[in-house]
Amino acid sequence: MTVKEIIEKLDLQCLNEVNLDTEVTGAYASDLLSDVMGNARSGQIWITMQTHKNVTAIASLKDIPAVILVRGGVPDIDMLEHAKDEDICILVSKDATFQVCGKLYALIG
Amino acid sequence: MHYTFNIERGNFTDAGQASSSVKRTLKQLGVDPANIKRTVVALFEAEINAVAHAYGGTIDVDIDGEKIVMVVADEGPGIPNLDLAMQEGWSTASAKVREMGYGAGMGLPNIKKNTDDLKIDTQVGVGTTVTMTVYLT
Repeated sequence: MTVKEIIEKLDLQCLNEVNLDTEVTGAYASDLLSDVMGNARSGQIWITMQTHKNVTAIASLKDIPAVILVRGGVPDIDMLEHAKDEDICILVSKDATFQVCGKLYALIG
Repeated sequence: MHYTFNIERGNFTDAGQASSSVKRTLKQLGVDPANIKRTVVALFEAEINAVAHAYGGTIDVDIDGEKIVMVVADEGPGIPNLDLAMQEGWSTASAKVREMGYGAGMGLPNIKKNTDDLKIDTQVGVGTTVTMTVYLT
């Protein structure tokens, strides 16, 4: 399933429209950055409530095409700028992590 | 090839720039993606450790056809108990650092898992030098 299809199915707000046609291979949900560094795999979508620039740094290093910020998370300005520089799609859900994971698992789990 | 980067105390905003730059170089050199991944995970974690705990430092990266050697040297408090520090879940990170999602005690274990050789020289009250090697063959 592509990033674009996930945006539509989960009714996500898209703050940086890149990688829309990228095929998502799975998802990783964590707010611990070293957990993501150590365990997320490239091509996965990352679900988190962290909204600072290190999120995009890690997403870029790990080849993560898109990040879903939960509970209406607002990215820091420098995070969003960095996402544009590094081509990371930034998505926002009104739902909490549990709901986002459940919906996404039903689609691609 | 040799690259040097500076580490500034508490500057999380620019953290990851060294790893990002090294990743680009390794990609251009056609290094195997699995080795690129291991290298950037280890370097990022070491960089974050220095930003979070030390007062400043340097990163030196040497790349040749056989290996990548990364040396992260800081002036800082040092690590009083290295065995504890290597344990997953052990952390001395501040509340501020934990709020950012760091301080889970996974940094050094992640470095260990992703490198072929890891050497840590540390002196309490002076600083820590972490030398990490990834073999390409």
